Amino acid sequence: MKRIYLDHAATTPVDPEVVEVMIPYLTETFGNPSSIYAEGRAAKKSIEKARQQIATAINADSREIYFTASGSEADNWAIKGIAMKNKAKGKHIITSQIEHHAVLHSCEYLEKQGFEVTYLPVDEVGLVSLEDLKNAIRDDTILVSIMFANNEIGTIEPIKEIGKIVKEKGIVFHTDAVQALGNIPVDVKDLNVDLLSLSAHKIYGPKGIGVLYIKKGLPIDNLIHGGAQERKKRAGTENTAEIMAFGKAAELASEHLEENMTHMKTLRDQLIEGVLGKIPLARLNGHPEKRLPGNANFCFAYIEGESILLSLDVIGIAGSSGSACTSGSLDPSHVLLAIGLPAGVAHGSLRLTIGKSTTAEDIDYVVNNLVEIIQRLRDMSPIDADHPIDAAVFDKVDHHHH
Amino acid sequence: MEYTDVVMENFTCPKNVGEIEDANGVGQVGSPACGDIMKIFLKINDDDIIENASFKTFGCGAAVASSSMATEMIIGKSIEEAGKLKNSDVVDALGGLPDVKIHCSVLAAEAIQAAIQDYKNKKA
Repeated sequence: MKRIYLDHAATTPVDPEVVEVMIPYLTETFGNPSSIYAEGRAAKKSIEKARQQIATAINADSREIYFTASGSEADNWAIKGIAMKNKAKGKHIITSQIEHHAVLHSCEYLEKQGFEVTYLPVDEVGLVSLEDLKNAIRDDTILVSIMFANNEIGTIEPIKEIGKIVKEKGIVFHTDAVQALGNIPVDVKDLNVDLLSLSAHKIYGPKGIGVLYIKKGLPIDNLIHGGAQERKKRAGTENTAEIMAFGKAAELASEHLEENMTHMKTLRDQLIEGVLGKIPLARLNGHPEKRLPGNANFCFAYIEGESILLSLDVIGIAGSSGSACTSGSLDPSHVLLAIGLPAGVAHGSLRLTIGKSTTAEDIDYVVNNLVEIIQRLRDMSPIDADHPIDAAVFDKVDHHHH
Repeated sequence: MEYTDVVMENFTCPKNVGEIEDANGVGQVGSPACGDIMKIFLKINDDDIIENASFKTFGCGAAVASSSMATEMIIGKSIEEAGKLKNSDVVDALGGLPDVKIHCSVLAAEAIQAAIQDYKNKKA
């Protein structure tokens, strides 16, 4: 059976061109980049080429690019590294309620270490308010971390405007741009950011390699201690093959950004129009315009997300959901709750994220099958307009929040 | 997370879906934990034998499969026997459930007990 993969926000297949670039560094140019002999020198030289490719992709200097083992590590480093470096100055951090768990759980960890964190709310489409941000800034605020684009609902935050406000106050600004790269333009100079996290596997590169952009001269504590790699800021023998792959993937992402954006946007709009037009009681989550070109996130009344995913999987379609039942935890998505959806509705969410190989036929197939799946599950559900959801059942979900 | 073939069969082609028009025992239970709601309909005859059973479920694949299997297991049984159905019986019949989904089978057993209780209350 043909598979239709619509979970590109989770991860992407590695581009064959990227694989080609990567392989020789696993076999021939395997030397430790810290070694002084030819094999080591060759690896070292190659890494600097990849560093430059990534710098070019985000309009940075190559000396501002630091390789990490993941986007999550980059987030952890940015937040903990700035907190530790500046704790004598202040212990207040501002972030949002809809960040990735790598940011949220780093902040929660710091709260246990005596830091104070303000989690800015978002409106019904997932936007952070600039007024809320201004009001939250205190004399002891040392860091603001707001994601560029949300991984679940696709909403793009006003990073440039946030960056301007934060810069005026002399506070460090970090943005998690893991979902942004390859989907929308990312320019660190234009955005006024001091720190920016990236990940290769969202842009047709391999898993296990990330980047933290650190603006030149910004003091930050190390997270991984050890050898002198990455200009003494991030220890660990360089993952040469994956660094090379990330460089190539970033180069391709920049080169084809415009055409990829147009392609994804066209199909996304086809998907959204199809679903909202053909399925009653469906709603689009996230901002109608300020959203990632490949992201569509829906809620379907009266049914549950995991049963939608399973039904799709059986006919060859891969998607994701913010339902608690798909995460192994007991709570529905914190992002869907933050945009004000009741837990019972958040359970019925479906996220489909388009990639460069998705076709218009794929979207037609998905929409047509989704119509039937939603109807079948609704026929099976004890809840409908005449038998509304028992609010009391879901209110108790609160007890499980950690 | 992996479901067994039996769970998938009972999810994709569930048995006993829908309402029984002349049901004389109806039970609805909800699990706040995972946001599942299960409603069981029973048609019980004068000899206290379950002639027919059906369900409507809001929930994940395991919840639907548990509903399908549990209703299938009690049709033709006396309400005394059906009331003794344990969630582990449902899990065994499904060839196992992932740990995080065990509560779905609990819900099925509870919904059946609630429907039987409803029948007894109406009769009394």
